[in-house]
Amino acid sequence: MSEYVVLGDEAVALGAVHGGVSSCYGYPGTPSTEIMEYLLEYSEKEDGPFACWSSNEKTAMEEALGTSFAGKRAIVTMKHVGLNVAADAFMNGALLDIRGGLVVVVADDPGMHSSQNEQDTRFYADFAKIPLLEPANQQQAYDMTREAFDLSEKMGCPVVLRLVTRLSHSRAAIVTKEARKENPINKADNKQDWMLLPANARRRWDSLLGRQKDMISYSENSAINALTMNESNKDRGIITTGLGYNYYKENESELSDNPSHLHIGVYPVPEDKIRKIAAHVKELIILEEGYPLVERLIAGLLPRDLKITGKLENIVPLQGELNPDNIRPALGLPARESAAPSTLDLVGRPPQLCKGCPHDDTYRVIKEVQAELEESTVTSDIGCYALGALPPLSVPETIICMGASITAAKGSSEAGLNNVMAVIGDSTFLHSGLTGLVDCVSSKTDVTIIIVDNETTAMTGGQTTILPSSRLEGVVRGIVGETDHVMTIPAHRKFHEENKEKLRKELAYKGVSVIIAVRECIETARKAKK
Amino acid sequence: MKYDIILSGVGGQGVLSLASVIATAAAKAGYKVRQSEVHGMAQRGGAVMAHMRISDGEIFSDLIGQGTADMILSMEPLESLRYLSWLSPDGIVITSTNPVINIPNYPEESEIKSALDKLKTRRLVDDKTIAKEAGSVRAGNMVIVGAAAADLPFGMDYLKAAVESMFSRKGDEIVQVNYKALDLGSQIS
Repeated sequence: MSEYVVLGDEAVALGAVHGGVSSCYGYPGTPSTEIMEYLLEYSEKEDGPFACWSSNEKTAMEEALGTSFAGKRAIVTMKHVGLNVAADAFMNGALLDIRGGLVVVVADDPGMHSSQNEQDTRFYADFAKIPLLEPANQQQAYDMTREAFDLSEKMGCPVVLRLVTRLSHSRAAIVTKEARKENPINKADNKQDWMLLPANARRRWDSLLGRQKDMISYSENSAINALTMNESNKDRGIITTGLGYNYYKENESELSDNPSHLHIGVYPVPEDKIRKIAAHVKELIILEEGYPLVERLIAGLLPRDLKITGKLENIVPLQGELNPDNIRPALGLPARESAAPSTLDLVGRPPQLCKGCPHDDTYRVIKEVQAELEESTVTSDIGCYALGALPPLSVPETIICMGASITAAKGSSEAGLNNVMAVIGDSTFLHSGLTGLVDCVSSKTDVTIIIVDNETTAMTGGQTTILPSSRLEGVVRGIVGETDHVMTIPAHRKFHEENKEKLRKELAYKGVSVIIAVRECIETARKAKK
Repeated sequence: MKYDIILSGVGGQGVLSLASVIATAAAKAGYKVRQSEVHGMAQRGGAVMAHMRISDGEIFSDLIGQGTADMILSMEPLESLRYLSWLSPDGIVITSTNPVINIPNYPEESEIKSALDKLKTRRLVDDKTIAKEAGSVRAGNMVIVGAAAADLPFGMDYLKAAVESMFSRKGDEIVQVNYKALDLGSQIS
């Protein structure tokens, strides 16, 4: 037993190591990135477990499934929107006969601190019909990661561990337990259970549905799903999930009536415990981090005259993170008095491209060329360069999801827009831009794709790009073919006029052009010098 | 006992390493600490804010409730004003007076000054000048920590021990500069 002060993400990584994980895969994405960063560093220092970044979340998920197929324990990490990318493998993975524990860690971002949406991963676990564990603090993040491997092997399916930003990126002390050994190689013996041909898939789906009662029974008996009854208070009860627990506890001492309380951290939801608390009270207040999942799930379980207070009527806010303040109205507590606000106009200070960033130079080239054109369109993508959408640059017009700049540009061009440019980073291009480029080449679409190659995955803190930059032009040429319309240019002010001229020419060309604008990220360059 | 601090500044200023010194010192003094951080896109040149909670009992929430923070500790004057709704009516604002002007509509210096002067309890720190005096322009964040020392629930010894454990691998000279920055900061009232 040792005590460590760690981020929630690092607690998960340690839990995986001590839980006997053999292989770790992931794609960086805030707030999940630090799990793999810890595992990569640990793996290098301690010569194991195997850990590496993958091209995208889908390949990571499939690689982890391969490890599980070999009978060993695997972890795969991503942010919530990454699970959309991995969804095909994730949903089908639920039907496989998992013997080597497979834990899918997904970090959600309620409040959208650095994301495009707030989606709640608990719906995915419900959708796939597999268990999900939701820690409320760093200690639980450690313990539940270990538990998730055991549970996965016990239920014979993948298990999801759901984090949220506020836990991923908060630090506290945890107590660790003795490490477990890795599983020996033990390849799945019945290959029918790993080949999802329709006949096998139907049998596996039946099996998964049959295991639901075991999952509910596990959840019903879990010590995490703690029900504390107060027989004398029949007015109201509280259900919390995830970090809702912390915010409730933070305010509990101000409540005069001490309500019965059920916390849910293990899913599927414990139906008997919910029935028990519901049968006891007139009003049930539900504080859950994310969407109103529990609130919607349980409506059918409960007596009709029960009042449910929660997110569906926006009494607990439907949008953004929970916090110690925004749950107070639901608890009937008044707002707290604070220091007087400043009378000064507190102008906003949005994030921005770093001073001297190579993307800034590329966007300036685009902006000036755009000014000469009667009509033009610029689509952009997910990465640091998305910050070019803010003043003073304000260049991109669309930012949708990883890889969508190229495909959205294709659609815009095919709809009749002229001078269409797609801006995409090197990591994003390899993540999910490649297939879009294939589509453009196949349709001979008139687009100019600008790959802003800063030789790193900058947005998430500078992870090494999955392939070195020197390979990028070769990869592109392999798809586009030998043509004068694929080129590498230096993303530097010194070459500003030359770069403008090249962009003008490629916009004039009616077909697929790819300009790779290269200069190392100033942040990684600075770190390398240190 | 509980002591809640809102830390603020601009991404890239070193708010997290400032937080780390206080958190390490609090842990050395035997307190429980929870510290939430800002990662990813939000930290690039934008406004950053972090919560730090120190207590001798259990801490449930990573976030501090509105109107309950004991201190706002800021590396930048405009940013010290942004989070006043978290400050308890009896809380103190301790801030650097050196602005980071990376937005076109940054208020006039006189406006900022008069807004700071209206605060009930405040301590203004010219961390840049003092850091230079301590021997390194990069020790500004330790000057700010020093300026907060009198109000923190543990003594300067713990802060120095935290500085030593964080900077000792960079050499004794760096440790001494940071000690001096802490000491000079602590003389500001």
